Amino acid sequence: MSHVTDVPTTGPMNTVLTWLLRNHIWVFLALTVTVFSLASPYFLTVNNIGNILTQGAFIGILAIGMTMVMIDGEIDLSVGAILALASALAIGLQDHMGVWPAICLGLLSGAALGFVNGTLVALSGMHSFVVTLGGLIGIRGLVFVYTGENALMVQDFSYTEIPEIYIGPISLTAIIFFATALFFQWVLSSTRHGRETYAVGDNIEAAHDAGINVKRHKIINFTICGTLAAVCGILLSMRLGTAEPNAGKVWELWTIIAVVLGGIRLQGGFGSMWMTIGGVLTLAVLRNGLRLLNTPNYVELMVMGAVLVLALVLDKLLNHGGDGQ
Amino acid sequence: MTAAILKVSEITKTFPGVKALDEVSFDIRPGEVHALVGENGAGKSTLMKVLAGLHQPDGGEIIYQGEPMQVAGPLDARQKGILLIHQELSLSPELSVAENIYLGAWPTNRFGVLKKRELRRNAASALDALGCGFGPDVRVGTLSVAMQQMVEIARAEAFSANVVIFDEPTASLTDTEKDQLFHTIRGLKAQGVGIVYISHKMDEIFDITDRVTVLRDGRVQGTLETQDTDLNQVTRMMIGRTLDTYFVKAKEEFGTEVLRVDGLSKSGHFSDVSFSVREGEVLGLYGLVGAGRSEVVETIFGVRRADAGQVHWKGAPIDLPTPRQAIDMGMALVPESRKEQGLVLMMGGRENTSLPHLKLFSGMAVMNRSKELVTYEKYQSALAIKTTGPDQAMSQLSGGNQQKFVLAKWLCANPKLIILDEPTRGIDVGSKSAIHELIAELAEQGLAVIVISSEMPEVLGVSHRVLTMSEGAVVAEFKGADMTEENLIDAVSHHRAPDAA
Repeated sequence: MSHVTDVPTTGPMNTVLTWLLRNHIWVFLALTVTVFSLASPYFLTVNNIGNILTQGAFIGILAIGMTMVMIDGEIDLSVGAILALASALAIGLQDHMGVWPAICLGLLSGAALGFVNGTLVALSGMHSFVVTLGGLIGIRGLVFVYTGENALMVQDFSYTEIPEIYIGPISLTAIIFFATALFFQWVLSSTRHGRETYAVGDNIEAAHDAGINVKRHKIINFTICGTLAAVCGILLSMRLGTAEPNAGKVWELWTIIAVVLGGIRLQGGFGSMWMTIGGVLTLAVLRNGLRLLNTPNYVELMVMGAVLVLALVLDKLLNHGGDGQ
Repeated sequence: MTAAILKVSEITKTFPGVKALDEVSFDIRPGEVHALVGENGAGKSTLMKVLAGLHQPDGGEIIYQGEPMQVAGPLDARQKGILLIHQELSLSPELSVAENIYLGAWPTNRFGVLKKRELRRNAASALDALGCGFGPDVRVGTLSVAMQQMVEIARAEAFSANVVIFDEPTASLTDTEKDQLFHTIRGLKAQGVGIVYISHKMDEIFDITDRVTVLRDGRVQGTLETQDTDLNQVTRMMIGRTLDTYFVKAKEEFGTEVLRVDGLSKSGHFSDVSFSVREGEVLGLYGLVGAGRSEVVETIFGVRRADAGQVHWKGAPIDLPTPRQAIDMGMALVPESRKEQGLVLMMGGRENTSLPHLKLFSGMAVMNRSKELVTYEKYQSALAIKTTGPDQAMSQLSGGNQQKFVLAKWLCANPKLIILDEPTRGIDVGSKSAIHELIAELAEQGLAVIVISSEMPEVLGVSHRVLTMSEGAVVAEFKGADMTEENLIDAVSHHRAPDAA
C-alpha cells in the first residue's frame, strides 16, 4: 500500500505523469517497440503489427478475465484447460448440431466451469489457487476423454474463415480482444460490479461490512473468466482448424505473466484493463521481436523471465517508494 | 430532558464460554456525546457491534426513534442512520473518497451503471459540510490516517446518520488532528446527532462527553453525568471488585536477587522505572491499559531498546539487544496476545512446546520426535492440559489450554525468571485458577515471577509485592497488609487526574 502524505494536485502534466507512473508498462512497451524497430527492419511494418496484435489477442482475451479475478485477490489456473475443452466441443459437436449451436455450447461449457470454480472458491473457503489447480488437471483430463487423445479436425473449412475479417491489418480476433478489454475497463470504472471488484480485493472486511455480497460477486467474476477462456478457445479452433487436446497448455502461466507484467498485484484491489492491455502487448512484442531476430527459444525464455522480474522491480520502486512493503 | 434517540434495553450476548453482555441497558440522546468506558473485555466492542449490526443479540431489545429495531447487517444499520467508525478504518485504499463514502451503496441506474456525477456531487457536499480539505476524487490510499477518518465521518453526513459510534478514534492521531476531530464531533453534536464515544483515554472522556456509562464484565455499572463525576469515581467503577475467587499464594521463601532494573526509560513509553525481583518471589505489576507495563517488560526482554537505565541479571549489568539472548540467559516472556505472539495455531501441542528451543530437540538439524513427545507429555500432565493428542491443532483448544501450552513452551527451557503478561485474559474461570496455582508452584520451585495484570484481584491474589504503574511511571509499591484494592485504586487514579495529565 502506498502512503503518500500530500494530496496530489491535479494538472494536465501531473495527470499524465500519474497515469504513466501507475501504467509504467506502457513506457516499457514503447521502449521495446523502439529497440526492435531499430534492431529489425521487418518489425515496424503494417503486416507485422497486425501479426503481433492477432498473436497477442489470444493471451489477451484470457488476461481480461484473469484481471477481473486477480483484482478480486483471486487467481484462475484453469483457463488453459477450459480453453481446450471449449475448442474441442466447438469442433467436435458441429458435425452433430451445426456450427453455431456447437460454438454456443463451447461458450456455455466455459461459463459453467467458471461458475463451478467461483462457487467452490466462495463456498468452500479454499484458496482459488488450489481450487483452480484442481480444475487445471481435472478439466484437461476431461478434454483427453472427450477427444480420445486425438486432435479433432474440422470437416467444414468455412469454419476457419469466420475470423478472417480484417479492418485494415487488424484481425477480428484482435478486435474482439480490444473491444472486450475496453468493455471491461468500462465495467471496472463505471459500474457497481466494477467498484465491488476493487472493494472486495482491497479490503474484504470493509466490503463485507458495506453490505457487498462477496460470494456472489466472486462467482460472477470467475464465470466471466471461464467464459472468456471459452471465447479464446473457440477463436483458436477457428484459426487452427483443429482442436488439440494439449491446446492452451501453460497458457494460464503466460496469461498471469502478462497481467502481472501490466502491474496488477496478486494480492488484489489494484489494476485496470489499461495495465493488462499494456502487459499483453509487451509480451506479444517481445515474443515477436525476438523471433524476428532469430533468437533461439531458450534465450527467448530467459529474456522474458528477466523482463518480468525487471518490470516488477520497477513497479515496486515507482509505486511503493521503496517502503519495504 | 430530550427523549432518547436510541435505547438499548437488557441486551444479552453470549459467546462460547463467555457472557459478553449481561442485560445491558443504556440510551443515547440526540445532541449528546455519550462515553462508553471499561477495561478490555468489559463488553464495549460487543455492544457497539450489536448496535452496528455485526452481531445479533441473544436477548433484549433495541429501540430506535421510538420503535423496536432489528439490525440485519452493517449496511442496514448505516441506512437506518447508525454509523460505526472503526478503530481500524473500514475503507478501500484504492477507491476514491467519493466511492468510499458510499462503499457498497453507490448510486446506480437499474443496470448497475454508476451515476458518477451524483456520486461526486453528494460526496462533495458531505465533505464540504465537514470542512474537509480534500475533494471527492482523491484516492483514499494517498490520504493521512486523520483524513481517512474524515472520509468515514463523511458517511455520517452522506447517510444523515442519527447515531455515530466512535471506537477509539484518537488511537493513531496527533494532538492537532485530535483537536480537529473534536471540532468535528462538536459539529455533529450541534446538528443533533447522538454520539457514542469509546476510549481508554480519560482526559478525552472528561473533555468531550456529556454522560459516561461504565461497563465491567459485560454489565453496566452505572451511567453518570460527566460534569457530576470525577476520575476517581469512574476508575473505581471500571476496576472495582470482581468475582471473589480463591487465590493460592506461594510461600514467602525468597532467594537471591535475579533481576534488578535501575532507572529504565524510553521516551514516549515509560520513564525512570526501578524495581527488583528475587528467586521464589511473585512481583505484580498493576496499571490500567496504556500505563506502560508491557513496554517495560518488553524492553527488559530485548524486544525494544531503552533510552536510559540499566538492567542487572543476578547482580551483573547486562545489555540485551535481542530476545534470543534474553532467552539464552534464562528469561521467559509470555506475551499478552497468545494468538499473535505466542502460538502457531496450525501446529499441535508437541510442536508448539518445542518451538523456541528447537536446538534442544534436534541433532544435526533433524528433529528428535520422541524427545519432543516426552517433553510434551511431561507438561501436558503437569499442567493438566486437555487435548485429544500431541498433534491436535492449537486452534481447536480452549483459551485456557492454549495459555497452558504457551507456559509449557517457555518452561521447558528451565528459565530463572518468567514474565507473564495478562496470563488469564480471555480464559474461563476454571482455567484461571489453574493458572494461578501454577504461578504459585513455579515460585515455590525457586523461579522469579513477574505477573502483569489489569485484574486487581488477580494481582493482589498471586503477588507477594505489587508495583502500580501509571502513565509510564512506577507510582507506588505495596506489600503485606498494604496490598488492598483501595490503595491500588488510589495510587492509579490520583496519578491519572485529568488536570495532572
